[in-house]
Amino acid sequence: MFVLIFSYGPMVGLVMAFQDYKPWLGMTGSRWIGLDNFERIFQYEEATQAIVNTLIIAVIKIVVGIIVPIVMAILLNEIRLAGLKKSIQTLVYLPHFLSWVTIAGIMIDILGLDGGINRIITGWFGSEPIFFLGDPNLFRPTVIVSDLWKNFGFGMIVYLATIAGIDPSFYEASEIDGANRWQQIWHVTLPSMLPMIIVIATLSLGGILDAGFDQIFNLYNPLVYSTGDIIDTYVYRSSLLNGQYGFGTAVGLFKSGISLILIVISYRIAYKFANYKIF
Amino acid sequence: MYHKSQGYRIFSVFNHILLIVVALSCFLPLLHLLAQSFSSKAAVNGGLVSFWPIEFNTDAYVKTFNNRNFMGSMWISIVRTVLGTLIGMFVITTAGYALSKDFRGRNALMWIFVFTMLFSGGLIPSYILISELGLKDTIWALVLPGAFGAYNLILIMNFFKTIPKALEEAAFIDGASFFVIFTRIYLPLSLPGLATIGLFIMVGHWNSWFDGLLYMSTTEKYPLASFLQTVVVQNSAQNVALSPSEAAALSEQSIKAAQIFISTVPIIAVYPFLQKYFVKGIVLGAVKE
Repeated sequence: MFVLIFSYGPMVGLVMAFQDYKPWLGMTGSRWIGLDNFERIFQYEEATQAIVNTLIIAVIKIVVGIIVPIVMAILLNEIRLAGLKKSIQTLVYLPHFLSWVTIAGIMIDILGLDGGINRIITGWFGSEPIFFLGDPNLFRPTVIVSDLWKNFGFGMIVYLATIAGIDPSFYEASEIDGANRWQQIWHVTLPSMLPMIIVIATLSLGGILDAGFDQIFNLYNPLVYSTGDIIDTYVYRSSLLNGQYGFGTAVGLFKSGISLILIVISYRIAYKFANYKIF
Repeated sequence: MYHKSQGYRIFSVFNHILLIVVALSCFLPLLHLLAQSFSSKAAVNGGLVSFWPIEFNTDAYVKTFNNRNFMGSMWISIVRTVLGTLIGMFVITTAGYALSKDFRGRNALMWIFVFTMLFSGGLIPSYILISELGLKDTIWALVLPGAFGAYNLILIMNFFKTIPKALEEAAFIDGASFFVIFTRIYLPLSLPGLATIGLFIMVGHWNSWFDGLLYMSTTEKYPLASFLQTVVVQNSAQNVALSPSEAAALSEQSIKAAQIFISTVPIIAVYPFLQKYFVKGIVLGAVKE
């Protein structure tokens, strides 16, 4: 029941994407305009810019979001003091559970022109303060790094479990063969993690049009629309703030349609290469 | 032995330093916030506060707890979190129990559920639906749409599947009904799984801000996260609620810091429990044969 109403209910509303929707006319009364809304996606510079931004931000996020947790998991595994290892784990998982509103609040403060980071930059290096959230050239790196900071710990969990599950006799055997630690990581640890890495990498393909609405919405401002505006924030502005309901829905449908295709493909690949099934 | 080699020792020292710095970076911003919330206006505005309060005072907290909008939003957040978790858990566990069995049409049903994970109607149609159902400006707009999470359903279903069939068969022979089996066997045996998912849903509800912004027409009806969004991001001075005389003594940043901090207290409070279960839950959900 829930599913039918709240998940499939909105899908009925997708007909709006093909209409010149006016709230006072409703879905049945609005003019049918076919694919015009979709054509406009590619005519509006702002819309195409948002698609490009989304792709750039999401792709970089996916790539670093896969590599960094792997590296960190391997490095953490090299720490022998069990207590220290546990404390580090406890601390790095924490940001994942804070909301972007909270984190944006902290970031706006410490990354502001007279915030903590800029005090260090101007005080220690004597250079000009850097406007992380207002400079179009710096907005994307700021978004990517802060997203990484929030989520790398959580991404590590699966890899740590995989490393813990590696048969110790592999390491003993390689040690007898004279392998050093680096060679062990390269020839034992990484190959053992590979199936899991492939699964996670393929499954993240579906997120290629998802650049993180919660994060960007709370961090961006008109100064950085040129590099920071993404599909979801554009949909929000064009439809709810500017009243272009049909057009906003079309952009949203465009996004979820492509994502759906990518997800189906990536699940197929994951199933084929790693025998992974979701249910 | 590799531990003894010179190269490995140097690496090890750097590795320890790197990881400790990274771990601290995850925690120090919160400490900075806490220090600001307890510091005097001069110290905060002068940027003197790092990780320890300067000229310690609790004015920002007194002010925040006396802010009726803040407390009202907090109450809405508490209600939605409790209600949302209860309803969500009920829907997911009952559905998960049924779907952990084999029956005609199970796969079709499963696909209907999973499809919601992959595809959605989007922002505007959802908004129109909620308005048409008359849920706008009610707590149900925050609780019901997200009650059925397909991802959580899959997790809990996998938990149920690990419970031996023999237990259920034995209970049947003893005359137990499906309901008794569900409440007396399945639920108690999958407690770690339930705890993981329950805590995830709780944190999700507590942190959720966009639905409040979208479905509530006045700020009095905002849950805490949405309220905070207006203060912190939209910079709404009205919700900081400082009178001119108070503004002379209190820094706006201290108030913001106090508000942000209070809103994260519940998360930090459940975090130890979360941590105990989620590692297991995540691993079980991801690594399956």
